[in-house]
Order: sequence, then C-alpha cells, then structure tokens
Amino acid sequence: MTRWKVSVDKNVCISSAMCVALAPGRFVLDKQQRSGPVEAEIDPDEVVRDAAASCPSEAISLVDVSTGQPVDLD
Amino acid sequence: MTIDSSPVKYTPALPGQPAPDIATISGGRPVFRAELPDGRVVWLVTGYANVRQMVIDRRFSRALAVAPGRARQGFEMFAAGSINGMDPPEHTRLRRLVASAFTARRVEALRPRVAATVNGLIDEMADRPQPADLVAGFSLPLPAQVICEMLGVPAADLGRFHAWSDTILADWQRDPDEIMTALAGLYGYFVTLIESKRARPADDLISALIAARDDADRLSEQELTVMCCTLLIGGHETTANQINVSLLLLFDHPGEVAKLRADPGLIPGAVEELLRCSRLGGLPPARVTTEDVRIGGVVIPAGEQVMPLLGTANRDPLMFADPDRLDVTREAASHLTFGAGLHHCLGAQLARVELQEAFRGLIGRLPGLRLAVPASALEFKPGMAIHSLRALPVRWDEP
Repeated sequence: MTRWKVSVDKNVCISSAMCVALAPGRFVLDKQQRSGPVEAEIDPDEVVRDAAASCPSEAISLVDVSTGQPVDLD
Repeated sequence: MTIDSSPVKYTPALPGQPAPDIATISGGRPVFRAELPDGRVVWLVTGYANVRQMVIDRRFSRALAVAPGRARQGFEMFAAGSINGMDPPEHTRLRRLVASAFTARRVEALRPRVAATVNGLIDEMADRPQPADLVAGFSLPLPAQVICEMLGVPAADLGRFHAWSDTILADWQRDPDEIMTALAGLYGYFVTLIESKRARPADDLISALIAARDDADRLSEQELTVMCCTLLIGGHETTANQINVSLLLLFDHPGEVAKLRADPGLIPGAVEELLRCSRLGGLPPARVTTEDVRIGGVVIPAGEQVMPLLGTANRDPLMFADPDRLDVTREAASHLTFGAGLHHCLGAQLARVELQEAFRGLIGRLPGLRLAVPASALEFKPGMAIHSLRALPVRWDEP
C-alpha cells in the first residue's frame, strides 16, 4: 500500500484550524497558530483527505509517495 | 473539580454600548456558569486559549445545541438543517460541496469584480447631495450584490432579502412566529429559483450545487435549498455591519485613518485589526458538551450548553499587547472573529476581500469621511443578533 506525504504551507495557512478539528491527531497548531502535520508521512486516510479538501486557504498538500503525484481530493 | 454553584447574570452589551466587564461578572473565573436574559443557564468561556480550545474541540457539538427540544424557535431551528448546526459527517459532506467556491484563491479571483462594485456604489453616492446614508448606499448593497452574483440570484430580488434577513437574524426580543414566516418566505423563494436554474443552468454556485445533487446525489433537495438560504443570510448582514462598526471605530481614530491614506498597503492588516477590535454581535451560537470536558480549570459536565465569548479572546492581553488600543499596524490576523475549527466562517476570505476593497475605496475616494450626526443619534435595529445600524449618515470633503 502506498503512503501519503502531508505538508502545510505555513505562509498560506490562515489559522482556521479546520484541519485540526476535522482530523485531530493529524494536524497541530504552532505558537503562531499555523497548522502543520503531526506526521509528515502517513497511510492513506480519508479524514486527512477531508481536511485537505476543506482547507479554506488550500494550504494542505497530499502527495502519493509511490507516484509523486498529488492525491485526488474529491 | 470545581463545583460552580449559582450562575451569575450575564447580559450581552447592547449595540453601540461598551462590552460588559467580564472579569467583574465572572469573579475572575475564565469559564463560568451564567444566566442569560432569556433565562437560559449556559457556561461562558473566555480568554484566547480557552475560546480557541473550545471552538476546535468537537466534544462541543453544534448539532446537539440545535437538536429538537433544545433549539429555540426561529434561527436555531433553521440552523439545525444547515451546516451551521451540524457535526461530522454530515457537516463535512455538505461543507466540502461549497468550500471550494470560497477558498482564498477563488475569492481572490473575484477581487476585481468586488473593487468594481465598490467603485460603482461610491460613484452613485458621490453623484447625490450630502449627507449620504452609507448603509443604504454602500455597506448593505456591497456584500449583497457580491453574494447574489456568486449564487446566481437576480439583483432585482435584493429588497426582499433585506426584509427576510432582518427578521431571521433577530434574537430573543423578536416574535418567533415572525422568524418562522420569514424563513418560510426565503425557503420558498429558493425552491422556485432552484427549479428555474435546473431548467436553465448558469455559471453560478446554485447551478453547481444542483449538479452535485442531480448528477452525483451528494445532497438532498432540502439540504440544497437550506444551503442557498444559509449562504445568502451568512453573506449579507454580517459583512455589511462589519463595514459599519469598523468605520465607527475609524471615525474615533483619525490618526489611524491618516496612516491608511498615506499607505494603502496597510489596509489588509488594518482589516484584521478592525475585525479584532470591533464587536459585531451579541451572543455567539451555543454548543453542547457530548461528554465531560475539562477547560479553563473546570470540568463542564456532558449535556451542558456552552458559549465562547469571542471578544474576550480578541482582547486577551496574553495574545495581543495593549489589547484595547486600535493599532492598524499590529499583527492581528490570529483574532477569532471568524471562529475556528469546523465552523470557521465559510465566507471569511470573501469578507476579507470585501472589507479590504471597501476601505480602499472609502478612504481613497472620500477624503475626510465622517459622521454627519452625533454618534449618540445612531440607531440600531432592535433585537438583532448582529448589531445592525439602521442608517449611517456621513459627509466627506468635496474635491
């Protein structure tokens, strides 16, 4: 099974904390209230996909490690 | 565990009045039980860290707060069918359908259209004799035109929405039957509009939602209709009155306005500071604990109503130094005016673009913009959950 690489662009993050609420344990806020992944590489997880698709600033990127392609968010 | 015995009386500030001193009311407790003017006993959560924790933590449920038997007549009954009153997984499914239309990127693409709308409204005001009513001429039509264009609602129907929206956003002072009648009017309007869009789809959000229903069965007909109502109400009185209350703050701070005139690049930061400092509404939506939750040094038992006092978060000295001072150069973007977590305001990015373009236009094109009446003569609509000005008479220096 493939793995997903999770990253958050902190320059784009608007601190909505949508991801932290949707996927607790997967994302965490830093002192400036910007989000980041708890683990940079994870097994595919629909809740993380929901979080990426729901981010109001599209700051979350998911990449399929085996193909190097972005994960489809739909 | 603290046993927090008798609730203290808490009355949210009336529009135009200073906020009550929370530390005095609460006896310095960050989380405390309070009795509201309508007799409800709720827990109030104060301070940046506590409010933030609460709005992100899903053990504080919106769905339970508006469930049958708990929801008050009117807005809360409406909210129960909307994303505003849902928990996952229903909330996630429905919010994802509209989230893409409101992302920072999509909204940025609307900026030229928003700026053109701002300029058109200012042109019309400048063509008429002073004083002008900024509510009727600018702050209400701006967000209303923008959300109507996004949804695909004919601009000719705007007047009907103002009346419905006024009634629906009313709070406990309003007859619940009136609110239900207004909701039925709004709902019926969209039932008809959805039918006509279904026959003749256009490049708008309602047509996209109809496709999501008809082609992919991703939402029910009722969810589709309620979503339209939610977006229209949410994108309307809120932004309009954020413009109003922000301007009232700026009128009291001419030095800050001078900074923005000298350097319009400060406007996006100023919008965040104005969002942080201004108080737009009375009570926030309630949530209900799904289990015992420890917060702010107390344990709130399961099944209790809880409300986050966002203003106390935005003026928490641990987060914002000298918090009562308006400083347009401050880093204020971490304010909680749009909430956070699952129910972070869907239209936050749109509101930001509208507010930025509104102040760019008003400050840039109407020098010396000022109240044309004493501040004490300003009237707010009665009983509104959002502090809505009836009128905002202004003058400016003719070129």
